[in-house]
Amino acid sequence: MKTNRAVRTPGGLSFRLDVRAFTVVVLLLAVALAASVVLIGTGDFPMSAADVLRTLVGEGDAGQELIVNELRLPRVLVGLLVGASLGLGGALFQSVSRNPLGSPDVLGLTQGATAGALTVIVLFSGTANQVALGALVGGLVTGFAIYVLAWKRGVHGYRLVLVGIGVAAIVTAVNGYLLTKSDIVDAARAVVWMTGSLSGRDWDQVWPLLALCAVLVPLVLAHSGALRMMEMGDDVSYALGVRVERVRLLLMLSAVLLTASATAAAGPVSFVALTAPQLARRLTRAPGPNLVAAMCMGAALLVGADWVSQRAFGADQLPVGVVTGVLGGVYLLWLLVTERRAGRI
Amino acid sequence: MNRLSAENVTLAYDQRVIAEQLSVEIPDNSFTVIVGPNACGKSTLLRALSRMLKPNEGRVLLDGQVIQSMPAKKVARTLGLLPQSSIAPDGITVGDLVGRGRYPHQGLLRQWSAEDERVVQESMARTGVAELAERYVDELSGGQRQRVWIAMALAQQTPLLLLDEPTTYLDIQHQIDVLDLCADLHEEHGRTLVAVLHDLNHAARYATHLIALRGGSVIAQGAPKDIVTAGLVEEVFGLRCQVIDDPETGTPLVVPAARTARARGRAEKTGAARAS
Repeated sequence: MKTNRAVRTPGGLSFRLDVRAFTVVVLLLAVALAASVVLIGTGDFPMSAADVLRTLVGEGDAGQELIVNELRLPRVLVGLLVGASLGLGGALFQSVSRNPLGSPDVLGLTQGATAGALTVIVLFSGTANQVALGALVGGLVTGFAIYVLAWKRGVHGYRLVLVGIGVAAIVTAVNGYLLTKSDIVDAARAVVWMTGSLSGRDWDQVWPLLALCAVLVPLVLAHSGALRMMEMGDDVSYALGVRVERVRLLLMLSAVLLTASATAAAGPVSFVALTAPQLARRLTRAPGPNLVAAMCMGAALLVGADWVSQRAFGADQLPVGVVTGVLGGVYLLWLLVTERRAGRI
Repeated sequence: MNRLSAENVTLAYDQRVIAEQLSVEIPDNSFTVIVGPNACGKSTLLRALSRMLKPNEGRVLLDGQVIQSMPAKKVARTLGLLPQSSIAPDGITVGDLVGRGRYPHQGLLRQWSAEDERVVQESMARTGVAELAERYVDELSGGQRQRVWIAMALAQQTPLLLLDEPTTYLDIQHQIDVLDLCADLHEEHGRTLVAVLHDLNHAARYATHLIALRGGSVIAQGAPKDIVTAGLVEEVFGLRCQVIDDPETGTPLVVPAARTARARGRAEKTGAARAS
């Protein structure tokens, strides 16, 4: 089945469009936005979707304005941005490592961000913003460590994954140690943070994430062609004129930044980075990194999971990370079972 | 002056030096084949010629410029390479894979031109994989897959094409198939081909220019007819043999000496060594 279409203009410009992948992206975007509207309407003061939309365009009453614009909209936006960042970051890592397990959860990046956050919580009893900064720094340091340790005449896929797993084990041990050192109040706070939660997120979390995505997403997408070539191995992509090392460094750095800042904003929401790219790929049925689809899938997954957790357990009862963890865990098992049957792992 | 050459290059992986002060010219419009025993540096030389390995000393020149200093996509429009190891992404079709060879000709505003389409069709027809266009690459046999990769390299439309052991892992019929294809590609457009081959008889039959390497130095180079002798084979590969005319093509044919003869040779050698 061929779904690629070429669009050509008389001026010699030409664009390529994979119809199926494009449809999947549009649908996922629609799902993410629809889920967002429903999510905004969910809570102690339920609102209909029509009311939510009316309020969003500035036609609601004062009470609705407060609930939507100040309380619920920022939370949903953080959810969308975190999901998109995790989806994109995961897709980048999986593509660079040529391995579905090469995702930030497995590589230890999320654990590294957690270590940063725990350090701030346990040792300094810092504010929420300081915790976020700690997570960001922790993620970046871990990402740097993995890159340096895995670097040997170019980062190779398996090497990256194995080094990442080693780093993850060490950092997890550090996290456990930090928890045992903490008093009961800090420990409770740390555990809540470690599950990944969107509750209480406001505009202060939205702006930095939005700014980062506004810079990184276009930068990453501009290199998606090169990344597609790199899936065929370093030699082939060199031969095709890709500056492999430079592109890889740039994309890894972007992926680390995306994942670390998403984790800083919402805590280590598990499995979105691992599952979103795989699910997106199975929907588009297109080879290649499927970056945009993974991004939309991440956003839809996270907001959807947040809705499920609020719907089933009431607002702020169950952190979204628990739901994505359960969904992601089931999915991962399914993936491993079927891949094994296909003789790939 | 020839378009592609290496001047006094020293090639090394980390600290392990493979070749020192090696100079090689690839004659324009030739089908050059590099031969030599395992670990003689033939693949390393090919990697250096295709700018995948940066020489520690010396330089590789393409059209008079140092190859590392040229824009990557510009090099990719001049010089193609079929590497030994390449990975077909999961779930990719033949047509899609061959299409990726157009990458150096594309940009943000020129993603898939009519020219791209035409060249891909032509490359698939040329390599006999046109009817496989909609098939998945992972379903193909080894021989078909190798032709698909060659089609991808062809779609790159480069006047120079480098092939690193293109016949490895293929059975004899598909080896000849691939070599015939190479010979056609060379004859048709006067394309310059450089291949690393293991089989000396294939090399002698198909090459117009042969480079024999040993221990990172060129032992001999020239037309196979002029340079392939029993002495050369013994010097390069350490193998006693006869060289006769290939009954099919008249090119040199290397026939290894029988085991007993070689054993006798060894005994004589050690005997001589003892006597002296």
